[in-house]
Amino acid sequence: MSQDPRYPPIGDYALIGDCRAAALISRAGSIDWLCLPRFDSPSVFAAILDADIGGRFLIQPTGEFHTTRRYVQNTNVLETTFLTDTGKVVLRDCMPVMFEEEKQEQPVPQHELLRELQGIEGEVEFEVRYEPHPDYARARAKLGQRGQLGIWCDVGYGALALCTEIPLVIDAEGDKALGKAIIHAGERRALSLTFSEDAPGVIPSLGDLARQRSDSSIEWWRGWAARCTYDGLHRDLVVRSALALKLLTYAPSGAIVAAPTTSLPEAIGGVRNWDYRYCWLRDAAFTLRALVALGFRSEAEAFLSWVLHTTRITEPEVLQVVYDVYGEPDLSERDLPHLEGYAGSRPVRIGNGAHDQFQLDVYGEVVEAAARFADGGGAFDSDTAMLLSDIGRVVCQRWREPDDGIWESRAGRFHYTHSKVLCWVALDRLIRMHETGQIRGDARRFREERDAIRNAIEENGYNEKLQSYTRVFGGYEVDGALLVLPLYGYIDAKHPRMRSTLARIRAELGDDSLIYRYRESAPDGLPPGEGAFGICGFWAVECMALGGELGEADRTFGGLLAYGNDLGLFSEEHEPGTGLALGNYPQAFTHVGLINAALTLAQLMGQHGAEQSTEMRDLAIEDSS
Amino acid sequence: MNWESALLSGFLGTIALTTIMAGSQSLRLTRMNVPFMIGTIFTPDRDKAKLIGIVVHFLNGWWITLIYAALFQEWGYASWWLGAILGLVHALFLLVVIMPAVPGLHPRMATEHRGPTPTKQLEPPGFLALNYGHRTPLSIVLAHLVYGAIVGALYRPG
Repeated sequence: MSQDPRYPPIGDYALIGDCRAAALISRAGSIDWLCLPRFDSPSVFAAILDADIGGRFLIQPTGEFHTTRRYVQNTNVLETTFLTDTGKVVLRDCMPVMFEEEKQEQPVPQHELLRELQGIEGEVEFEVRYEPHPDYARARAKLGQRGQLGIWCDVGYGALALCTEIPLVIDAEGDKALGKAIIHAGERRALSLTFSEDAPGVIPSLGDLARQRSDSSIEWWRGWAARCTYDGLHRDLVVRSALALKLLTYAPSGAIVAAPTTSLPEAIGGVRNWDYRYCWLRDAAFTLRALVALGFRSEAEAFLSWVLHTTRITEPEVLQVVYDVYGEPDLSERDLPHLEGYAGSRPVRIGNGAHDQFQLDVYGEVVEAAARFADGGGAFDSDTAMLLSDIGRVVCQRWREPDDGIWESRAGRFHYTHSKVLCWVALDRLIRMHETGQIRGDARRFREERDAIRNAIEENGYNEKLQSYTRVFGGYEVDGALLVLPLYGYIDAKHPRMRSTLARIRAELGDDSLIYRYRESAPDGLPPGEGAFGICGFWAVECMALGGELGEADRTFGGLLAYGNDLGLFSEEHEPGTGLALGNYPQAFTHVGLINAALTLAQLMGQHGAEQSTEMRDLAIEDSS
Repeated sequence: MNWESALLSGFLGTIALTTIMAGSQSLRLTRMNVPFMIGTIFTPDRDKAKLIGIVVHFLNGWWITLIYAALFQEWGYASWWLGAILGLVHALFLLVVIMPAVPGLHPRMATEHRGPTPTKQLEPPGFLALNYGHRTPLSIVLAHLVYGAIVGALYRPG
């Protein structure tokens, strides 16, 4: 339960979007989060971060109601059904999408958010509250009524226009528009919010044409989902995760943001509130694996292209942890003290301080992603080949240094075992690519350093007393990130060292089906308190399955699925027991974990459609043996 | 008329005008994208419209220079300040007369009386093009002052 009744639980939200921007809609029909024109732009609605001043676009019955909701099957078009004593009405929400050819036939808005009410039974009175508060509520909206052209509002960097089939009246202060309407059975009313940076902006049509746009969006999404080649267990949830991942894709560049939100807390009322509207190189390899295995090759190629383009901008010596959707490296972190934060969770932050951290694992992630691309028949241009060789050179030079680790600890630098393993992965894959003639470089040195890394890990990163790999060299604590060791082919999941590590992690960090990243006592530079980390649970499922515990893996997987919301969306973290979703939401990395775990389970259970899922692992294990 | 001088001054003046208008949008002084507005007369495709609009806007700037040149020729004198005055008149004419009339000329631009046809979907500029941002008139006036000043400074009456 949320601490403050003004804030719905994080898992109560649904996500819609157009692959450039995304909106969060509460179960009560309120759009409480929308940034325009792209994910990391300033917000227009931010009630999720401040229920009083954040701004929202609400459509809900005036009296008491119950809701059920669903995505129209295999789409990102949301339907919320309101049930009241007097009737039943469906609210359909989407950000229309269409094929590029269709955009050439008529002017289309830069962004549109389309909301349609459709009366099903009886009649229900609805209220509409349109309250944009631009620039994270730092600017005051001045709404202007332009008759049939709608209600316009300058938001500094563009203009919002709201055209509706429900008459709205601008209040005396001029910053909100309110209206009421009774929706009868069989009746439809549309409300269309558009955003334009270029003038003249495009004014959307309402009526039947609005319906056509949402119907075409359904067709578009279904066509996209139909490309999914996976036909194994929990297919619906896997497709839902793929759809969520697609919503988090910034189509113009191919980047995938970690989440569409900022500062949703990892503990209610806590300070672990970060801006996730950026792209982490850390996610590259697992994301690529999921996209390729599901058959979304063009998305995989676009994402890899973004990864390589981005890394080329900053050069391997200063490879950053996180970038914006176009590869911009400067993401300076700032607080927004005027916002109270979700349920009082301060501070609200924009930008991300992790951008200037040093994380050795990133090199391994990038090289692994490139290697997967090459395995699939992709070829590198000379610049990319040189870049990859340079990454190898940097890894050889720097793997002995301490780093900030995959979890972006703010407690200083340590010799994280996971980071060293990813350095091993980088060199291992580079050696393989060198052998197949895809890159040049000093393969002899790569081999020597790769073997040296393995020796260092086995000597210092494994604690005989604990019978486990440890979080840091010479340490006594485990870490959820160690679960990826067999997934990268560093060690066979059936190896005694990995089996005992998995058992130790489950014993020390496990709770229900979930896994925490690390123990609260482990220093990370912040006050303790966070939920169990979504993807760690899915990594554990893969470890169990690959280690031969297929039944236990399947049961754990089923347990994890219960932490998703009614729409199949997963957050960054979850509170064991209550199931409360925590952290930024929905989280791409968690959905990637779900997909990969399902692929591994299906492949090991011999189900059709998952043959590619372990391709990377098989190749890697072969090399490391 | 000194054609060579007219074409050269018009070329440079139009470059400056187009750059100032595009810069004004980038600096968020206005949302007005002149190439997009002109280009959508010919195509609904956003990207193609901008390309076509740049070409048409440039050609417009060029031939309008001929009117400036004709006036300078008539007066037998040209200077930057005289050009700037013409630019100011030019901008005011655009803002007060042409802009409000654009919806009548533009096949895809809506008016407040639109409907039921759904084909007219572009936002009209309104009085002084204020619909595109309250600093839009300033951007247009500034761009045309510079345009006129360049044409006036460079044109040599024959």
